[in-house]
Order: sequence, then structure tokens, then C-alpha cells
Amino acid sequence: MRAHGTVHKYGDNVDTDVIIPARYLNSSDPKELAKSCMEDIDPEFTKRVKQGDIIVANKNFGCGSSREHAPIAIKAAGISCVIAETFARIFYRNAINIGLPIIECVEAAKGIDAGDEVEIDFDSGKIYNKTKGTEFQGQAFPEFMQKIIKAEGLINYINEQ
Amino acid sequence: MGMTMTQKILAAHAGLEKVVAGQLIEANLDLVLANDITGPVAIHEVEKLKKKTVFDKDKIALVPDHFTPNKDIKSAEHCKCVRNYAKEHDITNYFEIGEMGIEHALLPEKGLIVAGETCIGADSHTCTYGALGAFSTGVGSTDMGAGMITGKAWFKVPSAIKIVLTGKPQKWVSGKDVILHIIGMIGVDGALYKSMEFVGEGIQNLTMDDRFTIANMAIEAGAKNGIFPVDELTIAYMKEHSTKEYTVYEADEDAEYDQVINIELGELEPTVAFPHLPENTKTVKESGEVKIDQVVIGSCTNGRIGDLRMAAKVLEGRHVAKGMRAIVFPATQKIYLQAIEEGLIQTFIKAGAIVSTPTCGPCLGGHMGILAAGERAVSTTNRNFVGRMGHVDSEVYLASPAVAAASAVTGKISEPSELGL
Repeated sequence: MRAHGTVHKYGDNVDTDVIIPARYLNSSDPKELAKSCMEDIDPEFTKRVKQGDIIVANKNFGCGSSREHAPIAIKAAGISCVIAETFARIFYRNAINIGLPIIECVEAAKGIDAGDEVEIDFDSGKIYNKTKGTEFQGQAFPEFMQKIIKAEGLINYINEQ
Repeated sequence: MGMTMTQKILAAHAGLEKVVAGQLIEANLDLVLANDITGPVAIHEVEKLKKKTVFDKDKIALVPDHFTPNKDIKSAEHCKCVRNYAKEHDITNYFEIGEMGIEHALLPEKGLIVAGETCIGADSHTCTYGALGAFSTGVGSTDMGAGMITGKAWFKVPSAIKIVLTGKPQKWVSGKDVILHIIGMIGVDGALYKSMEFVGEGIQNLTMDDRFTIANMAIEAGAKNGIFPVDELTIAYMKEHSTKEYTVYEADEDAEYDQVINIELGELEPTVAFPHLPENTKTVKESGEVKIDQVVIGSCTNGRIGDLRMAAKVLEGRHVAKGMRAIVFPATQKIYLQAIEEGLIQTFIKAGAIVSTPTCGPCLGGHMGILAAGERAVSTTNRNFVGRMGHVDSEVYLASPAVAAASAVTGKISEPSELGL
């Protein structure tokens, strides 16, 4: 499994309120949520984002509420992977549970800029910055998390058990 | 090497004699919670599961509290989805408005969670029940849905930060000041993936309401859970509210902690978290002149009877500043009624505040008190992120009920001592 796309870059503590503001939580439709994704931190995001693009951020990405609407909105907006120095723990679980690949990698978060073209190999955890010609080793998932991601989420994984 | 209090509860629920930090385990759940925002997503997910029946209809709580009373048609549809599911599966603990409250005040009040139990809730502030000596943590809708069907959840066993509380808080200093002070020290990711285990003789000087407030905001430091030891006060609370059997777990003396933080409660002062992170703390004295437009007193963090009493003590015989909008929302119907009986509601209304039915509405910018561009609020809620209570150019300052009430009177960030209290 690989991802390949252009990077949208953010800083520390990107919270779930800016990923998908509560005023839109009266919907749970992924397409509807995607229309307002990142609106309060990056109003141009939804116009700029292309299928397969990648989000790169610094520490504590996804802090705040437990709303699964946050990774759902990111995935439905077309994002193929989020790379961050660290993730808030509920966001981390939610992303895996809905099958949105995420990777913790401090060096990649520091060494990738907005607009860079990045390729990720999920099997090896390798992250390639094609624009800058650099390479990073992301943290690999424990085996059972890999199974959940391969099943495209927890629900399919439970059904397969 | 011994185990922390959290690790002991998790080990017991995983059927293991011992667990260590970092270990992946599957634990049995005693309570699984969702609300009107996270519930529909969970229900939609579980409909894809082959197994349709819930694991135990008495161990699931569905509480429509966020956008209730239904704020618009879409929210009404969400509540209907949760209501229908509860009816279809004969869920014992579904609470309609009239018998409801904000989930994290309601569940302990109804005695649905006690010491030694495990709980997951599709709401980040589920960590509140750590005040009772339970392991409880926030998860997303899919985890909640899976838990509702299987009665189990996977966890990475957390390491812990030990927070030693000593001494007695000064007048007008409460649980909110304690937790804001700690988040200010360690930051919004200071306890990421970890437990915050509170210990020390100072705990006896904290009311149960103080402890609920402190455990509630453990998530604002990134923690998996916050947890208090069980003492006489905890046992009295559980006996008053619950018929469930509780189990007392204590950390081993040789338990390992990543960090130990000592807090002398007597040294703390009324504290405010400035926009746009709960870690941006200052004492009220350091805050300077910050004029405000709105005050919100309530929420799962500070909407309990002790909070309302504190706010009423400040507002008694005083009036909110001209042009100030002060909104008080008791956290549950029971608290609301008690506040009426104690004359607190009368005090609020005479002071020029409004009182709302229990709802999470204003805290997350849902309804009942949205801020316009450029407006500032002092709020007893738990988050002050960009746009949290309304427009992206509005600002939220987090504080205790005493500070919020004093600020409502002066129209700027203030503490009760400025009113001669």
C-alpha cells in the first residue's frame, strides 16, 4: 500500500474544532463534512486539496474532542495520509478505526514543507520527499493495527474475526 | 516493578495478573457511552456489523445532550436516530430531555459508574469518572460502537504521571484552578497517551465536584485518563448515588511513574487560560485589563451544585455589568432543581443572568450563546480553541465559576477579592 500526493502543512496542536467546527456536526455525512474540513484554520484548504494529497503537521495533531467526524472529514476530502510528530490519542484511534493511514515521524514533520511532493510506503513505513530528495523512516504500526488498516477499519476487522 | 492504579484496573478487566506500560490488551467494559453527536456515527457503523445485538442493555448509556433541546432539523434527526436505536435495543439508560443532563454530570449522579470499573465514551470528557476511582476514557464513535456490541475495547496500557497534591486551597480557589495550573505547567500534550494519577493528603480538601472538574480536564493535557484514589468522600458519594458494588484499587508502592509533580494547593491562585489553548494560563492578577462580552457558567466541567453555589455567592446582591450577557446552565435536571430549592436560580436571575436548561450547547459553539467576531467570553467550560464558541475571531478565557461570576459583575477578567469578597 502506498500514498502519493502534495503536502498541506500545519503547526502544533491542530485541534478537532478547527478540523471540523462543531457548527457542522449536525451532519454525519462524510461528503458534507469534507466541504467544511479545516475551514477555521485554512479556509482555502477545500479549494486546494486534490485526491491523494497528504497532511503534514507538528505535535499533538487532532487534540480536543473525540469527534470521529474529524478524521472522516479529512479522509473524505481526499487526504491519503496524515504525518505528524505526535497525534492526540483519541484522533489516533479514530483514524485507524476508520482506515485513515497516519504516521508519527518527527524528522518527516520537520523536513517536509507545504507543496512538497511526498510518497509513503506503508509496508516499510518509509516516507520519501520527492521534491527535496530526502527520505524518512516512520514508526511502524503494531501487527494488529496493520490488520485493522488493511481491513479498512475496525468494523470490517471485527467482521473478519 | 509494581503497577499504577490505572494499570491495576486494566489488568483486572483484561483477566491478567500484571500489565506493563506499552502492552496492548483487550479489556472488558462496564459502561459504554455516546451522545447525540457521536451516537449516530456509532449506530451507522454497528449496522455494518454481522452481530447486531448489544452486549448488555444495562451497560450502555445514550445521552442526547449536545444539540438538545433539538437546535435544528438535522440535530433533531440525530436525536431521533439515537432514540430509535435505544428503543429498538431496549437500552435501559437512555435519557430523554426532562430526565437528562450533561452526560458527565449525569452518569455519576445516576450511579451508573463506580470505583474500579472501566468505561469508554464517545466523548473526550469521559475521563471525568476518574474522580470516582474508575478507569474511564474518551474514544471515537467506531470504538464506542464496537464496545456496545462486543463489551470490549483494546487499549495500549498507559504509563503515568503522578501528581501529588498537598495542603488546602485558599478561599475562591477550586478544582478548576488546580487543573488549569497543571495544564499550564505541562502543556496540552504534557500527558499525551498517559494517565494522570492524583495522590496526596491535599485530596481530602477537594470536594467531589472539585475532583470531577480536575479529572474532566485531564484530556486537555492529552491524557488517556485522570484518576483519584478512593477515600471516605468518594465512598459517601457512591453510597448516595449508586447501588452498584465498587472495587477499590490502589497503586503499588513501587509503581513506576514517568514524572512526579508536586502541587501545594495553598499556593494556587484564581487562574485563567487565555486564548487559544488551555495551557496559556495566567493568574487573574497577571491577566491585566481584559474586557469581556459574555460569561458562561456551567458544562460537564463546572455545572455541578458546588459550582453554582460558588457563582451564586459572588452574584448575591450584585448585578452583572451593563451590556454583559451572563448564561448559567446547570448540568442536570436534578442539579437545576436543587439550585431552585436553594434559591440560587433566584440569585442568578436577580443579578441579570439567564438560566438555561441543561445542554452542552454553548461550550462547543453549538447553540445557546454563540460568540460574534471580536467578542470575548469568560467561560467555566474546558476548551478555548479557535472558534470553539462561535466566530473564528472570537475569544474564550477559561476560568472557575467564582472568577466567571466576578468577571460578569465587573465586565472584565476579575476575581472575587476585587469585589471585596
